[in-house]
Amino acid sequence: MSASIASADAGFVELVSRSVVLRERNIDTDQIIPARFLTTTERKGLGKFAFNDWRYLADGAPNPAFELNKPENAGAAILVAGRNFGCGSSREHAPWALTDLGLRAVISSEIADIFRSNSLKNGLLPVVIGQELLDELLARPGIELRIDVRERRLHLPDGRSAEFPLDAFAQTCLIEGVDQLGYLLRQQEAINQYEQRRATAQSQTQESSHAR
Amino acid sequence: MTTPTTLFDKLWDAHLVAPESEAAPAVLYIDLHLIHEVTSPQAFAELEARGLKPRRADLTKGTLDHSTPTLPAGADGRLPYYTAEAEHQVDTLRRNCARHGIELFDFDSAHRGIVHVIGPELGLTQPGQTIVCGDSHTATHGAFGALAFGIGTSEVGHVLATQCLLQRKPKTLAIEIEGELAPGVGAKDLILHVIGEIGVNGGTGHVIEYRGSTVRALSMDERMTVCNMSIEAGARAGLIAPDQTTFDYLAKTPRAPRGADWDRAVARWSEFKTDHGARFDRVVRIDASAIKPTLTWGTHPGQVAAVDAVLPQAGDADEAKALAYMGFEGGAALAGRPVDVVFVGSCTNSRLSDLRQAAEVLRGRHVHPRVRMLVVPGSEQVKRDAEAEGLDAVIRAAGAEWREPGCSMCIAMNGDLVGAGQLAVSTSNRNFEGRQGKGARTLLASPLTAAACAVAGQVVDPRDYLAHAVKEVA
Repeated sequence: MSASIASADAGFVELVSRSVVLRERNIDTDQIIPARFLTTTERKGLGKFAFNDWRYLADGAPNPAFELNKPENAGAAILVAGRNFGCGSSREHAPWALTDLGLRAVISSEIADIFRSNSLKNGLLPVVIGQELLDELLARPGIELRIDVRERRLHLPDGRSAEFPLDAFAQTCLIEGVDQLGYLLRQQEAINQYEQRRATAQSQTQESSHAR
Repeated sequence: MTTPTTLFDKLWDAHLVAPESEAAPAVLYIDLHLIHEVTSPQAFAELEARGLKPRRADLTKGTLDHSTPTLPAGADGRLPYYTAEAEHQVDTLRRNCARHGIELFDFDSAHRGIVHVIGPELGLTQPGQTIVCGDSHTATHGAFGALAFGIGTSEVGHVLATQCLLQRKPKTLAIEIEGELAPGVGAKDLILHVIGEIGVNGGTGHVIEYRGSTVRALSMDERMTVCNMSIEAGARAGLIAPDQTTFDYLAKTPRAPRGADWDRAVARWSEFKTDHGARFDRVVRIDASAIKPTLTWGTHPGQVAAVDAVLPQAGDADEAKALAYMGFEGGAALAGRPVDVVFVGSCTNSRLSDLRQAAEVLRGRHVHPRVRMLVVPGSEQVKRDAEAEGLDAVIRAAGAEWREPGCSMCIAMNGDLVGAGQLAVSTSNRNFEGRQGKGARTLLASPLTAAACAVAGQVVDPRDYLAHAVKEVA
């Protein structure tokens, strides 16, 4: 079964998908996409390099034991991974590679700061849940999960659900398809004022020091 | 009396364009934006697509380091790029900088080098600043009391377009370090030990301030090594309050303020310190006097051991996987493992003092015939200074390769890499699977340890290789 993504216009309000599980803890961005694939100047088409060194055997053939290569996991949009997913480098190529692979959410008990920030800018939802529930999800690959972005809630097939933290601003951006640069550009006036305040403060310090 | 605040609070408050609210993150002003070829092209493309221009090209500085070869140009004058794509990436940054009037430290500059080496050495990095770069080791600049952190490429675009970032205020973690480091034990051993103590995710969501008498006694090069690896504990930034050591370093840099401006700058910089009685969200205490030369043994920087320790038994599937990847068995000694490659370099340990330490061990000795050793200075300036002291001659005479500045083997995307199954002792910052090349195995260590392992051809205690053997009597 493939994933379904409900959206309000271009936004992201709900995701229903089977889970694909990578049980390892501390999966770093060098595993998500090794540095030797970072010489690109594009952000598209990086899915073929995702988890490259785990996904392919020495001869270049797909590793049949790797979860994302298994036929039953084709089309899964929710990755459930061990604690501290996305640690390491700031490369945004990591979420670019994962979304290009069709993933739209990563569930873990801890997600590294920069990876989380990068993911939210690319429609990849970081879902942090308690370790106990994560252990259960890690042990039950392939179950159908539903993520409700409005309620910030992860729903299990047996009716249980868990709330996850999601910054109100990031949530609005996801749901409304608003981009953060657009928001920052609208802060122009405040940025001008800040620069003027600083310039004034600096010239005042200079005057008082000349007077001394 | 005002409430005592931390260094971090002062940095944060001084850069608030708009405070955070429930509905929106803070808008934080950025004083210095460092860019390099790998994480900037898509950001410039985004600006172009939206018809935007960089707001403050004057606060943006570029260098070429990650994709660049560390071998010199050939007889035809061309640099031996690893791939045509790498060369194209470098040319793309050149075009973007030229087009927007951004200063680029290119191959014709006397100051090109690793982004986190040249910022401080030029004096671009100053206390009290906010500094960002599309590179997680931007934490390095926190050694000067600047709030410095790595950002993604979308955020590189945000800073180019607005000189600002949207940020939620992180928590604060004080790491209080007391006690004198033993001879032969340095800043790299200290930070590896700290990461081992708090864990590879121990700093997530926090900004670290390194404090205490041990930290005060460190040189700027050593402070940079410590702050550099803050991200390896999950913290986006690490801070050390500026003091006379900081000012003495900056006074010698070409871009630092001069004359009356210098005095005003020092007065302003001196205010950036944590007030007595200020509260941190978390405090961790470390006894530095007990630290021995330390290396990683596994596949993340939190898996560390003293050089004389035995490897831990696998406590779970992840540790078993790490041991298997490394070709190690739990319970065996780390010392005595045959070493194939030694790398001295990277934004963690490629400054003049690091190269001096490696050369101190190599002087009058020879790299073991089994070992390939690369020494890669962090910048053109470091290279010139090292050559003026004759360090290059010592390093070459010992049979190691002396290269051109760049990230080199730390990231294995420029032609310098470790072969599959080979064991490397590296002064870099990440021992992740495949970080130094597909299938490569990495032990992170100090420059002293790395050089000693190169001579011995196996993992050894560097204290046996110092001019005056300093190892305590067992």
